Amino acid sequence: MSHEYVPEIALDRDGNEHVVQGWQDDFYGGKLGFWLFMFTEVMMFGAMFLTLAYYNTLHPHDFIEASASLNRLLGGTNTVILLVSALTMGLGLLKMRAGDVKGAKLMLYATIILALMFLGIKAVEWTAEYNHGVFLTLPALQSGNEHSLPFGKILFFGMYFTMTGLHGFHIIVGIGLMLWLIKRINSGKVTPEHHILHWNIALYWDIVHLIWVFVFPYFYMIGAAAATGGTGGH
Amino acid sequence: MSKSYFDETHCAIGHPKSTFMQWMLTVDHKRIGIMYAAVMFFFFFIAVSTAFLMRLELFAPGQQYIDGDTFNQAFTLHGVIMIFLFIVPGIPAIFGNIVMPLMIGAKDVSFPRLNWFTFWLYILGCIVAIASLFTDAGFADTGWTFYAPYSLTTGTNVIFTLVAAFILGMASILTGLNFLVTIHRLRAPGMTFFKMPLFVWGIYATAWIQLLATPVVGITLILAIMEKYFGIGIFDPSKGGDPVLFEHLFWIYSHPAVYLMILPAFGIMSEIIPTFSRREIFGYRTIALSSASIAGIGYLVWGHHLYTSGMADLAKTIFSFLTFFVAIPTGIKFYDWIATMYKGKIVLSTPMLWALGTIVTFAIGGLTGVTIAMIGVDIHLQDTYYSVAHFHYAMLGGVVFLLFAGMHYWFPLVTGKMYNEGRAKIAFWVLFIGFNILWFPMFIAGYLGMPRRYFDYLPEFTIYHQWSFFGAVIFISGLVFMFYVLIQGWRKGEPSGTNPWNATTLEWHMPTSPPPLENHSKVPYVDFDPYEYYHGEPVVKFDYETMRRID
Repeated sequence: MSHEYVPEIALDRDGNEHVVQGWQDDFYGGKLGFWLFMFTEVMMFGAMFLTLAYYNTLHPHDFIEASASLNRLLGGTNTVILLVSALTMGLGLLKMRAGDVKGAKLMLYATIILALMFLGIKAVEWTAEYNHGVFLTLPALQSGNEHSLPFGKILFFGMYFTMTGLHGFHIIVGIGLMLWLIKRINSGKVTPEHHILHWNIALYWDIVHLIWVFVFPYFYMIGAAAATGGTGGH
Repeated sequence: MSKSYFDETHCAIGHPKSTFMQWMLTVDHKRIGIMYAAVMFFFFFIAVSTAFLMRLELFAPGQQYIDGDTFNQAFTLHGVIMIFLFIVPGIPAIFGNIVMPLMIGAKDVSFPRLNWFTFWLYILGCIVAIASLFTDAGFADTGWTFYAPYSLTTGTNVIFTLVAAFILGMASILTGLNFLVTIHRLRAPGMTFFKMPLFVWGIYATAWIQLLATPVVGITLILAIMEKYFGIGIFDPSKGGDPVLFEHLFWIYSHPAVYLMILPAFGIMSEIIPTFSRREIFGYRTIALSSASIAGIGYLVWGHHLYTSGMADLAKTIFSFLTFFVAIPTGIKFYDWIATMYKGKIVLSTPMLWALGTIVTFAIGGLTGVTIAMIGVDIHLQDTYYSVAHFHYAMLGGVVFLLFAGMHYWFPLVTGKMYNEGRAKIAFWVLFIGFNILWFPMFIAGYLGMPRRYFDYLPEFTIYHQWSFFGAVIFISGLVFMFYVLIQGWRKGEPSGTNPWNATTLEWHMPTSPPPLENHSKVPYVDFDPYEYYHGEPVVKFDYETMRRID
């Protein structure tokens, strides 16, 4: 809000002055609010990981075989891209706090490009899977026909497309947020003195990459040993 | 005459001239609370009418007015409106908004614009929920719980209801988030957590549940939508999925949600009891901490909804034990309230009558809940009218009765007027008697085996249904009369003054009645406990211009 906001002073009975925290200009309030919002993301993905773990215990072999069929090269590349994007995001925030607005914007653009690369690779992966006949609503993931995969694999791929899809949706939202942030920086509404929005979007991006850090091993890596001829947990 | 919050407001976008647009765009927490109340009671009456339609149908065995499919849609509509549109957002959205910032001496909530946005998100959710009534496939017929696999195969428009529940969940999360930050950041100087009024404690505990439990049901509904339209398989037995998993995920939210409803209601009780006993509340810390522990333990009891759905015996035993355990902090609260009244100067005003009535009805609702927390008893009573009567005693006789208590208690604060106390008391007695005639026979019918959600029944149950119908007529007459009294009070009532009840908490120390736009004229320094009485008189007095203590 306006920079001229002057907090009120409350007096106790001895006449001592106490600064009143208003809703205006409340940096820590803004941060706390966004941290709380991030808890909801954790609970949301947490429920899906719970579901995934439950079906994994029911169908361990199907899960490992399905995982082995995923493309670890592309998934791994995406993991690296996302980790680097978290770095650029963090550097951008540091630059903003140090007063380097131009550098901060540069880092935001870098983050957006990395995010787009992530989405591009994801699209390549999904297309390849579609061409293999493994995609939502295709016969392989339906029950009771000649192409039907075993139960465990149907469930694995159902959760795979749901969770990576929802994660991808968060990436898209993140790109939108970053573009909005750049607009706010350009119009002088986000400055080194008032950068709570930048701070919170950086936090959002951290959560998005942190979720991927759990999604990647659970979908791609549990079958890695089976794919390379190892024992695969047998 | 000084301006109240009805005369001026801050807006989210620009500053429109017309009064109507000023209401639509307002960020003032008091106005937003009033708008929530208006919308919620509108839907409340729709749901009451639907329930009355079902009572009519059940007046005699066999088909009377509606067919079985319509009956299924009717109880779904009733449940969806009552749960998602009315009782879950209810007390936090209405009184959490109007009163909580006043109680802690804040000018508004932490994120006033977000609060405005949340209100409109709620409206959007309401519209989506109701929209399917006007489509060809019709309203969902699954019950408000959307149990798989039926919800995935039914031909009715269940997608609307699922999406609506998700949107309303988002609104609920954002409300909770806003209140948590407000309570953490905007308390007046000197007000530590243990100097907060107990209603604020109730809102605080509730906000944590809203924040941490709602996302789980949100994702469950998304998974159900993914299942229904993309066939991901996780709730579909023909693909190896497990429908019982849906029940688990659903109740992981929806059981904490019943504490989400009752905790702010208990907060209202904890305000009313000391005010009308003119006595400091007994066991302040135990009430505050029991709210927090109910919120905590409430997460771990969801399995008691699934005793008959297929679950390991060990898990059943643990859930049963944990469910008993949650009754302990609730019992502590009840003893504290009763101990507060002991040797107090009890004033039987309308809010106090409602609070005392609730002690009776909620005690019945709570204790019958303990009986069906026992595994063996529950196998017999699951999905009978016994559980229907139990949760209506707890929800209607607990949450809604306390909502009404709060409405009568804070009515002078919100409107600056006083309703006709004599008539309001008559409305209470009519509602209280009608309520018991309506629901108590269901305990007996359920115990004898009357299943819930049935459109027809065996002739031997006729008498119970007819008593219920009789009670419903009395109850609805009482409702109409109560709202008539309140509306008349707002239109023609006498000015109430700032503190008609001789209450002690900060919302009663306003410079004008009704309060001005930015609340207290100055933020007070809080070096006192919330309920300090001495010989039946409030201890703390303020000069309302400077908000400094003059006692």
